[in-house]
Amino acid sequence: MTGADSSLADRRALQVEGLSVSYLRRGKASRVLSDVSFDVLPGEAYGLVGESGCGKTTVAMAVMRYLAPNARVDAGRILFQGSDLLSAGEGQLRELRGNRMAMVYQDPGSALNPSLTVGRQIAEVYRFHRAMAWNEARDAAMAMLDTVQIPDATRIMGRYPHELSGGQQQRIMFAMALATDPDLLVLDEPTTGLDTTVEAEVLDLVSRLRTKFNASILFISHNLGIVARMCERVGVLYAGRLIEEGPSRDLFAGPRHPYTLGLLRCVPRAGMRKDVHRLDPIAGSLPPLGLDITGCVYAARCQIVRPRCTQEDPPGLPAGERRTSRCFYHGEVPDIPAGAETGERSPHRRGDSALLEIDHLRKAYGARGYQVTAVADLSIELKAGEVLGLVGESGSGKSTLAKCIVGLLEVTEGTILFDGDRLARAADWRNTALRRKLQMVFQNPDTALNPSHSVRRILRRAARLLARDGSSGEIERRVASLAASVRLRPQHLDLKPSALSGGLKQRVAIARAFAGAPALVLCDEPTSALDVSVQAAILNLLADLQAKERVAYLFISHDLGVVRYLSDRIAVMYLGQVVDIGDAEAVFNPPHHPYTEALLSAMPSIDAGQRPARIRLTGSIPNPANPPAGCRFHTRCPRLLGEICRVTEPPWQQDGSGHLYRCHIPPGDLRPIQAGAKTGRDDGGPGAASPQAQ
Amino acid sequence: MWKFFAKRAGLAVVTLLCVSVILFAVAQVLPGDVGRAILGPWATETQVRALDHQLGVDRPLYERYWTWFSGFVRGEWGTSYLLNRPVAQITFDRLRNSLVLGGFALCLIVPISIGLGVLAALNYGKWLDRCIAIVGLSLIALPEFVTGIIVLAVFAVALGWLPVSSHVPGLNPLDWFRQLLLPSIPLMFVLFGYISRMARAGTVESLRSNYVRTAILKGLPRGTVIWTHVLRNSLLPTITVISVQTGYLVGGLVVTETLFSYPGIGKLVLDSAIGHDLPVLQATVLLVAVLYMILALAADVLYTLLNPRVRLSA
Amino acid sequence: MDAKGAQASGPAGADGSEAEDASAAGRRRLRVLLIALLQSRTFVVGAAILAFWVLDALFWPLVVPQDPEAMIPEVTLRAPSLAHWFGTDDLGRDVFSRTLAGAASTLTVAPAATALGVIGGILIGLFTGYYRGIADDVIMRIVDSLLAFPLIIIAVLVMSILGPSLVNVILVIGIVFAPIVARTVRAAVLVEREREYVAAAKLLGNSNLYIMFAEILPNIGGPIAVEITIRLGYAIFTSATLSFLALGIQQPSPDWGLTISIGRAFLQIAPWEVLFPAAALATLIVGVNLVADGLRQVLEE
Repeated sequence: MTGADSSLADRRALQVEGLSVSYLRRGKASRVLSDVSFDVLPGEAYGLVGESGCGKTTVAMAVMRYLAPNARVDAGRILFQGSDLLSAGEGQLRELRGNRMAMVYQDPGSALNPSLTVGRQIAEVYRFHRAMAWNEARDAAMAMLDTVQIPDATRIMGRYPHELSGGQQQRIMFAMALATDPDLLVLDEPTTGLDTTVEAEVLDLVSRLRTKFNASILFISHNLGIVARMCERVGVLYAGRLIEEGPSRDLFAGPRHPYTLGLLRCVPRAGMRKDVHRLDPIAGSLPPLGLDITGCVYAARCQIVRPRCTQEDPPGLPAGERRTSRCFYHGEVPDIPAGAETGERSPHRRGDSALLEIDHLRKAYGARGYQVTAVADLSIELKAGEVLGLVGESGSGKSTLAKCIVGLLEVTEGTILFDGDRLARAADWRNTALRRKLQMVFQNPDTALNPSHSVRRILRRAARLLARDGSSGEIERRVASLAASVRLRPQHLDLKPSALSGGLKQRVAIARAFAGAPALVLCDEPTSALDVSVQAAILNLLADLQAKERVAYLFISHDLGVVRYLSDRIAVMYLGQVVDIGDAEAVFNPPHHPYTEALLSAMPSIDAGQRPARIRLTGSIPNPANPPAGCRFHTRCPRLLGEICRVTEPPWQQDGSGHLYRCHIPPGDLRPIQAGAKTGRDDGGPGAASPQAQ
Repeated sequence: MWKFFAKRAGLAVVTLLCVSVILFAVAQVLPGDVGRAILGPWATETQVRALDHQLGVDRPLYERYWTWFSGFVRGEWGTSYLLNRPVAQITFDRLRNSLVLGGFALCLIVPISIGLGVLAALNYGKWLDRCIAIVGLSLIALPEFVTGIIVLAVFAVALGWLPVSSHVPGLNPLDWFRQLLLPSIPLMFVLFGYISRMARAGTVESLRSNYVRTAILKGLPRGTVIWTHVLRNSLLPTITVISVQTGYLVGGLVVTETLFSYPGIGKLVLDSAIGHDLPVLQATVLLVAVLYMILALAADVLYTLLNPRVRLSA
Repeated sequence: MDAKGAQASGPAGADGSEAEDASAAGRRRLRVLLIALLQSRTFVVGAAILAFWVLDALFWPLVVPQDPEAMIPEVTLRAPSLAHWFGTDDLGRDVFSRTLAGAASTLTVAPAATALGVIGGILIGLFTGYYRGIADDVIMRIVDSLLAFPLIIIAVLVMSILGPSLVNVILVIGIVFAPIVARTVRAAVLVEREREYVAAAKLLGNSNLYIMFAEILPNIGGPIAVEITIRLGYAIFTSATLSFLALGIQQPSPDWGLTISIGRAFLQIAPWEVLFPAAALATLIVGVNLVADGLRQVLEE
C-alpha cells in the first residue's frame, strides 16, 4: 500500500468489504448476501441495481446498522470514513445517523409520524444534532423546505403528513435527511410508488441537491433507467452477489456479465414492435433464498455456461477500466446472440368492426353535494383483435374505466356497447355468453388468485363456468390445454398459489381469463408487480396469445415502454378524460398532447438519444373532486396558451391518420414547438448509453 | 366534525329508545303478578286486584310504557316495590357506591397496566414479555368471583388483615383502603388484562412501523424515540379501551358486589331482577344504558380529538 | 471457446418459462401448522390442561373415590385428610369427588354455547360483511349498541325471565356471543372482499353464496379459529358466573360456580369447600386461554 493509496482509503466515504449476511428463521440460516465489496467515493453517486430478492435493501440496512433482529453478519467490514460501522456502539451510531449519514426510502406516507406536524419532524433533526432551541430549529426547517422546493413553507410546516401528496412527503424526507449536510446519503427505492411525472421531479430535485450538498450517494433501485440517469458508477446484484461493477455509462453500453446483458435485453426499447421483435427474457428463475450453490450462482440460467462455472465460484475479475465482473468468460459477453426466441410472430389483422364502443361514459362517486367524478364524458372505440393501450397516472380514472366495462362498478351515465349489444350495468346481470367473451387480468398476482385453492381447482372452476360443453372429461381436457397454452407444467396444477412465483401466478391468472375463448381481455397493469425479467416473459405470452387467439386487449399500464411495445393504438388519460388517442407511434411523436409530451420526457430510460428535452410539470395532480375549469390540464401545462385554456374546454385536434388530441393549439403550431424541444436534448445523465452500442 | 358527533348522538338516542322499549317488554314478561308477589299467596283476589290497581299495573301496555318513560325522562322514577323508597334515591346511592369502588380500582391500576404493557412491548419476545402477556391474559379470563374468593380466603380469612364483607368507606383514606382494597382486586385484575394487552399491542405495532424506523435512522435519542414517536401513537387505542372499561365499572360489577356484599348498582340490578321489583329494575338498567352511551360517545370524542388523521377528515 | 457449443448445453425452457418454486410448505400447510403448534410451549401446556379436564369430564364416574352426591352427616365440614383429600362440605359430601365431577356441567355448556354462537356469528358476519348496504348498517348498529352493555347485565335479565336451567344457559350465552363473533368475522370478510380474487370470481359468474362460502370463508379460517378458542374461554367464564349468581344450573349439581356460591357462607370455617373448585375453574380457564394465545401466535407468523 503506497502513501497515495492509504490517503485514498481515508477519503472513501463508504467502503464495503466482503460483506456476508444471513437471516435466521426457525433456527436455519439463509444466506442473503455473499462477499459483497464496493466503494463509494466522496461526492460520487453509486447505484446498486437488482431484481427483488437480490439483497439490495439488506445492503442499505447493513450500512445504516439497522438490520432485523434475526439478521446476522457472517463476515466483512463496513467502513465509513475509515471507521468500522459494524463494531460501532449505540452512542456512536446515534451520533452518525441523521447527522453524517442519512437515509430516504420508499413509501414516504408511512415513513412519517402521523401524529406530529411535518415541521416538527424536520426541526427535530436540528434540535438534536445541532443543539438548537426549538424556534431556531423551526426556522432552519423552514429554510430547508425552500431548498427542497416546497412552496408556501409557512403553511406546510403546520401540516400533518397525511395532508400532503406523495411527492411532497418524499421531499419532506429529503429535507430531514439533508438537514445536517451529511456525507453519505442512502436512497433505497426513493421513487417507487410515485407517479411517473412526480418521480421525474423528485429525481430532478436529487440532481439539483447534489450540486448544493456534496454528499456521496448510495442509490438502490430495481429500475435500470433511473440508475443510469443518476449514478456515475453501478453495481449489479444477483442472488446476494455483486456480479458486475463499473462506470455506469460503460456498463450499460457494454455489459460484461451475462445477467446484466440479459436484464438489458428484457426491457422493451423504443422501436420494438410486438409483430417483429420478441422480448428476450432470461430463462430459468432465481435460486431459492439461502440455497448453498457451488460454483457460479448464475450458472443455471447462463447462456455461456461451461463446466468450470459449476465447480468454481468466480471472484471479481478485472474487466476493463475500473470494472470488475464475476464471470470467467466475461470477454465473450458482448458476442452473445439474442435468445433462442427470435423470429416474428404471425402478424395479426385487426378486424374492421368495432368490438367495444363506449359513448359519453361518466362515473361519479358520492352524494349530490360532494361528488368525485372518476371518469368524465369518455368515448372510445376498440376494434376486434386490436390492442388499445391505456396510459395514465393516479387519478386518471383508467382503473375505474376498466371496472365499469367489466361490470364491477356501475356507470353513472353513458352506454357501453359490446359486439353491438348494450352491456348490463352490473356483472351480476350479465349472461354466460358475455362472460366468456369479456374477461380481465388483474394487477397483483398475489391477491388475484384464491390462496386456498389449488391451480387445478381455479382453472377447473373457470372452465366449468365458461366452457360450452359441461362434461367433466371435456373440462379436464380444457384445463390441461389452458395450462399448456400459458406454459405451466403438469406439476404446477396441484400447487397452491403461495408455492408459485409471481410470474407463474400471473400465468394462471391469464389462463383463467382465457378459459372461455374471450374476444376482449382487459389487462390492468398485469406486469407492474413483476420483476423485469419475468415481465418480458409475460409480455411475450400475452402477445403470443393475442396473435394465436385473435383476441383484443385493453392494456392498462403506467409504463410507457411496455405499452408502446404491445399496443396498436394508445389512449392517454388525465383526470378522467382521454386527452390523446391514436396509433401507437403517432401518439409517441409530436404533435401530441402536452401531457403526453411530459410523460415521455419523464420516463427514465437507458437510451439517452431517444429522450426529448426535460419537460417538467409544475404542481401536483388536482383533486378529482374539484377539477380545474376549462382544460383540465391547464394548471400544469407547460404549453399554456393563455386565458382560453382556463375558461374553455379544448376541442379535439386531428393530426391525420386518426390521431386525435384535446388542445387549443392546432397541430400545425404544436408540431414545430415540440419537435424543436426534442432536438435541444440533454445528454441523458451520467450513465446513459449512447444509442449505437446496443 | 360536529356534524359527525350530532349524528352519533342522534343514533345513541334512537338506540336508547329501542332499548327502553325492549327493556319494558322484558320486564313485563317476568313471570308472576306483581300484586300477588308482594302480598303473598294467602291474600284474597280482591286485595290483589286492589293493590294492582293502586300500582297501576292493570292499565294497557302502551299507556304504562308511556307513563313510565315520560316519568323517567322527567326524573320521576316511582317507588320500589320491595324497599318502599323512591327509586331514584336508591339508584343514585348505589351508583355512587359503584363509582367509588370502580374509581379506586381504576386509579390504582391504570398506570401499572400501561407501564407494564409498554415494558412488555419494548422487550418483545423475551421472557419478560411472555410473562406479562400470559399473566394479563389469564387475569382477564378468570371470573371475578374466582379471584375474589381466593383473595378473600387468603387475606380476610387466613391472614385476617381485611374484612370479609365491605361497606362503603367513610372519608378517612385509611378506611378507603380497608374497605375497598379486597373487592377492587378482582376488578384490577380484569382491568389490567385489557389495558395492558392494548398498551402492549399498540406499542408493538408502533415499534414495527416505518416512522419509528425513520426516527431511529435520524439518530434521535432513545428516550425521544419512545416518548414522542412510539407512545404518542401507541397509546391512542389504549385510551379508547380505558374509556370503554369505565363503562364496565357501571353495572358490570355485579359479581364482585355480590361476593363482597357491597351495595353497588350491579347488585341492585340482580336483586331487583330476581325479586321482580319492576320500577327499580327498569329504571336502573335504563340508567346504566344511558351512562354507557354517554361514556362511549365521550370515548369517541376523545379519540377524534387526539388523532390528527381522524380529526381532520371528520 | 465455442460459444455456440456452450449454448447448446444451455438451460431448458429457453422460451422463458420458469422452473417451479415448489416448497413443500405450500402443499402441506396444515401439517406445518400442527408442527408449529406443538413447538409452542404455550399451546402445549394449555392443551395438556384442557385435555386433562376433558377426560375428567368424560370419565369422572370411573375415577371418583366417592359418590359426589352422597351426604354423610357425621363428617360435615372436615378439613382435608387421608379419607377425604379435599375435605368435606357442609352436607358431608366429599369435595374431591365433587370437584372432579364439576367439570362435566361446565364442559357441556361451554362447548355447546360456543358452537351456537360461532355458527350464528359466522352466518351473520359473512352476510353483513359481504353484502354491506343498509342491512349491514342497521344490524351492526344494533349489535354495537347491544355490546355496549355489560354482558352480565343482559344475561342476568334474560335468565331471570327464562328461569334457570342448563338449556337456557346454553341459549343465552350462545345468542349473546353470536354478535361478538359476527363482528370479528365481518371485519375479516371486509378485508377479503376487496381482494382481486373475489372480483375475478364475480367476473366468472359465480353466485354470491358460492363466493361467500367457497371463496372467502376458507381464507378467514385463521381469525375464526382464534375467535372460537377465545369464545370457549368466555363461555366457561360466563356459565360459571351465572351459576355463581344462582341463575344457572341448580342444586344438587357439583357445578363449580354453584358450589362456590353456596360454600361462600362457610368460607371462614371451611375454606377448602370453595378453594378447590375455584382453583379447578381457574386452571381450566387458564388452559383454554393458553391454547388460544398459542394458536394466535402461531397463526400470526
